[in-house]
Amino acid sequence: MADQSPWQESSNKMTSSQGSAILDMQLEEMEMMEDDASDNGENGFNEKAMPQKEDNGSAEDMRKRIGQNVGEMVWQVSKQRAQKAWSVYGNIDILRPYFDVEPKEVQKRLIYSLIPQRPTTQRQRVHKELYGPLMVIFTLIALLLFQMKTSDHKVEEGTLMGTAFGVCFIYWFGASGLVWVLSYICGVRIAMLQILSLIGYALFSHCIVLFLGTVIHTSHDHMLFYVTWAVIGGLSTAKMACVVFSRASGKTERIIVIALIAVLHLSFLLYLHFAYHSVVEEISMVLDSKVIPPPIAHEQINQKLERAVDYEKVVPDFTKKVVNMVKPIIPNDTLNKLRPVINDTLKNVIRQAPTMMNKISGHALHMVNKTLEHSETLKVM
Amino acid sequence: MADVDFHSKQDDSDLSLEGEITVPGVAKSDDELSTLDEPVKDTVMRDLRAIGTKFFHVLYPKTSKTLLKEWDLWGPLILCVYMAMMLQGNTSGQPEFAEVFVIYWIGAVIVTLNTKLLGGNISFFQSVCVLGYCVCPLAVALSVCRIILIANQTTALFVVRFLFVIAGFAWSTFASTAFLGDVQARNRKVLSVYPIFLFYFIISWLIISHTH
Repeated sequence: MADQSPWQESSNKMTSSQGSAILDMQLEEMEMMEDDASDNGENGFNEKAMPQKEDNGSAEDMRKRIGQNVGEMVWQVSKQRAQKAWSVYGNIDILRPYFDVEPKEVQKRLIYSLIPQRPTTQRQRVHKELYGPLMVIFTLIALLLFQMKTSDHKVEEGTLMGTAFGVCFIYWFGASGLVWVLSYICGVRIAMLQILSLIGYALFSHCIVLFLGTVIHTSHDHMLFYVTWAVIGGLSTAKMACVVFSRASGKTERIIVIALIAVLHLSFLLYLHFAYHSVVEEISMVLDSKVIPPPIAHEQINQKLERAVDYEKVVPDFTKKVVNMVKPIIPNDTLNKLRPVINDTLKNVIRQAPTMMNKISGHALHMVNKTLEHSETLKVM
Repeated sequence: MADVDFHSKQDDSDLSLEGEITVPGVAKSDDELSTLDEPVKDTVMRDLRAIGTKFFHVLYPKTSKTLLKEWDLWGPLILCVYMAMMLQGNTSGQPEFAEVFVIYWIGAVIVTLNTKLLGGNISFFQSVCVLGYCVCPLAVALSVCRIILIANQTTALFVVRFLFVIAGFAWSTFASTAFLGDVQARNRKVLSVYPIFLFYFIISWLIISHTH
């Protein structure tokens, strides 16, 4: 930190210029290096003139020197070309006009991404903007991270953050690229940046659906998710479809592009939900039953009970026993009516046995387990 | 806008020697001679004092130009290494050291790029410096959480941890807006604050989900 001299000049440039500060600094360095190298180059050229007058003994020297000069020339030219290419493509000022927005505009565009506009003959305006879509994607990544953590998503290679980043950005660029190619083929008049902007803003619906899905845990079924998927996902797809509709003339072509956009958009939302949402269901199931059974013991005991209790044999036996018990007391016709009732009740009781036993403590479960091992069926009871 | 914080005469000349980008009226050669000849302890102490001053400015945020004018990346590096060491865990659900490190620096770079693209007149490293220093309240919250985690966990303790992390998060965001506030035009402040908010949200999420 004490020695500032190589950075001071470049830092001066940084604070004074409004724009591409990183590039100015690197160009500075490259220019400084280039000045040094070009001095060497000139010396090399001067030296080349001299040995031509000497005799053949120094032909080796000459060849070496020519080789060196040619090498340096190639280096010079390629470095200049690289610098020019960098200054054209690496300049972040290219992107600056696409970030020129007001907060109110961003808000308006976010809300309008869910409101389809009826297509008329006039082309619907799509603003070329990258700030909104980028912020929506970062919010989506944050939400995915949140979901992944709650659902204990295990990642083999890479990290949670990397996966979320990769998935979102690959979808954004990939889907936009595909749609752009198809639009070019089908004659839909829309630019790549407009497609990026459109698909980016449409991811706002994904953010809403995922947020609702995380905050509201429904148990056992995905009905809420399907409803929101259809409604909110459908609205943003309709918005995109209307924009494409207003920008194309041929009927079949419009349908093709709209179909592609709809499929990509809606299936991405399905993927995001189902890939990262698995364990939330189990948590809510457990919370519903208000008891957290030791998971492995539960399974084993269930299996043992099912093996031990052979419903086909046991229930009719039981029914016969009960009927014999009540025969002296109840008249015959009532008994006949009661028989199916007794059958059903016994079936239910035996089926309930596992869950009822779950409510006893783990130790008791273990004891029951042991008892069942010794007595093979419930007939003994 | 609040007044700029002025240091005493003594501090001014000390600070100007170590990190200031433009020093009008002071010859370059004098600088190099005077700092090369001094004992190493002096250099280290001066740098440490500068870092300490900046931490102090973050913890009691007032609109001041200290962080911007004399930027350095030592503070952010110290904070990053500290947090990555604390957050690192042996089980598979916990982030690795490298993960936290990368998230921190790549996040700072992305937020800085966004601020620059929105038309802010701030240099790249100044912005990374401010963002890095403003993570300090979150690092404090992390230390507190780590201490709380020593006891047996209950819901009440979880709520306490949650509140501490939320407080650290709000403090960090407020501190960074106090420093980066006048870089943007008035009405576009929200546009550059939102990614900073997301960045600190992700770091807070890492802290709160760290359970052992």
